[in-house]
Amino acid sequence: MAAQKDVAASGGDVFVQFNDVWLAYNEELLAANHFAVEAIDLQVRQGEFIAIVGPSGCGKSTFMKLTTGLRMPSMGKITIDGQPVTGPLKISGMAFQAPSLLPWRTTVDNVLLPLEIVEPHRSQFKSRRAEYVERARKLLQKVGLGGYEDKFPWQLSGGMQQRASICRALIHEPKMLLLDEPFGALDAFTREELWCILRDLWTEQRFNVILVTHDLRESVFLADTVYVMSKSPGRFVVRREIDLPRPRDLEITYTSQFTDIVHELRGHIGAMRKAGAEVAQ
Amino acid sequence: MTPAQRRRQIERWSPIIAAAGMLLLWQLVCSVFSIADYIFPSPWQIGLAMAEFFRPIMEAAWKTFWVTMVGFGLSIVVGVLLGFLIGSSRLMYAALYPLLVAFNAVPKAAIVPILIVWFGIGVGPGILTAFLISFFPITVNIATGLATLEPELEDVLRVLGAKRWDVLVKVGLPRSMPYFYGSLKIAITLAFVGTVLAEMTAGDSGIGYLMQTAGSQQRLPLAFAGLVVIGVMAMAMYELFSYIEKHTTAWAHRGSQGE
Repeated sequence: MAAQKDVAASGGDVFVQFNDVWLAYNEELLAANHFAVEAIDLQVRQGEFIAIVGPSGCGKSTFMKLTTGLRMPSMGKITIDGQPVTGPLKISGMAFQAPSLLPWRTTVDNVLLPLEIVEPHRSQFKSRRAEYVERARKLLQKVGLGGYEDKFPWQLSGGMQQRASICRALIHEPKMLLLDEPFGALDAFTREELWCILRDLWTEQRFNVILVTHDLRESVFLADTVYVMSKSPGRFVVRREIDLPRPRDLEITYTSQFTDIVHELRGHIGAMRKAGAEVAQ
Repeated sequence: MTPAQRRRQIERWSPIIAAAGMLLLWQLVCSVFSIADYIFPSPWQIGLAMAEFFRPIMEAAWKTFWVTMVGFGLSIVVGVLLGFLIGSSRLMYAALYPLLVAFNAVPKAAIVPILIVWFGIGVGPGILTAFLISFFPITVNIATGLATLEPELEDVLRVLGAKRWDVLVKVGLPRSMPYFYGSLKIAITLAFVGTVLAEMTAGDSGIGYLMQTAGSQQRLPLAFAGLVVIGVMAMAMYELFSYIEKHTTAWAHRGSQGE
């Protein structure tokens, strides 16, 4: 209750709320008190862009499964958009490191896939197809894939495939976009290009974003708030608000203010790793 | 002609050149060592036998062909259903896969006598042997295509409320199509083996029966003619499915070679 009051005081509506959430992957692990993530407390404002950073295997992906309702917590409560989470949340869109586009569908048909599945679009798909195709093409053009809509995924470069994958996550206009290391497999230049594309999409539509990444620069450049997660047990150890002014330009990544924040976060992760190593010894 | 064009020309004609070369060598060996035709007939003698017994050979070939196709049709239906079952359910996979492997390892020649006891001499054993020998690759390939789905993609769809069935129909089945067509090419050649096997053991007609009879009368040119006909039929069907495969699942055959 106190936490809710805090957020209310800070002015925004709470969109995602985790109250002391713990998850063990199965009964035995639960009995052994072995949790994939533990004691997660989190309040995310409507339209906030958060990033979660941490070493690999720290439960970032588990966190995503909890947020989308693909997994239920062992303990604790998750509320999203005012509703307790009881099952898969179709107000969310997901994209991963692998674009995983279907090779037998053209790019535009790949982007349309969610509309063939999610209600209410599913039942209207046949009658409103032209409208949906138009929407998909507009979205693809927005991310710079104009002219590639009718190409097959294997005719696209890795960065282009990833853009299409993000379009697929956004086509049903979700309130929440979950990205699991979406730019991890791209080269540095393409990655920065896609940062800007994501920034622009978010600035325009203001959906909530939860970005899981291990790239600190990426998290600081894009997010409002960065959470640092520790490894086994996976829990949030640091919460850092990024007070860099918006709109942010790539130039900002070369300012000392920016690099100071990156350094600070790097310090937290370094300390955590050291502590982990000492425990191991 | 540029060197690249010439190379492509040679590549196109290479199967015919290789076949002609082999026939020539065969003929030469038979002629030079004057091998008797009831031991090892030359291509020429086989050709003569084919011309002489054209009608009976064609009748036998037609019989073998349709028996094979009925058995093959059965194996597509059963193979796809079984593959769908074990590919979409972990429980079914665990329960049925060992059984299928064991069954596949049983030599089909050993089953034919049993089928004769059950169904008598005639087309029954032929159809069933063709079916039994050829459904396994189809099942395994469909199951593999369904089971190798990326978990991330499944998450993307499940979060939208996709049911198992949606994922199977939208992703699993199209994904397994290249595997399916690939398996048809293998299965059709196996089906011919099954039919001929049954005909040789228990047939009263068909190419297998013709070869068995010709062999027992030491008319080897005729027996070899039967072999050639079976080979041609199996190859034609293989090419047909190969063609269908290329034109229905082109997305799976991209790459640098076709350019």
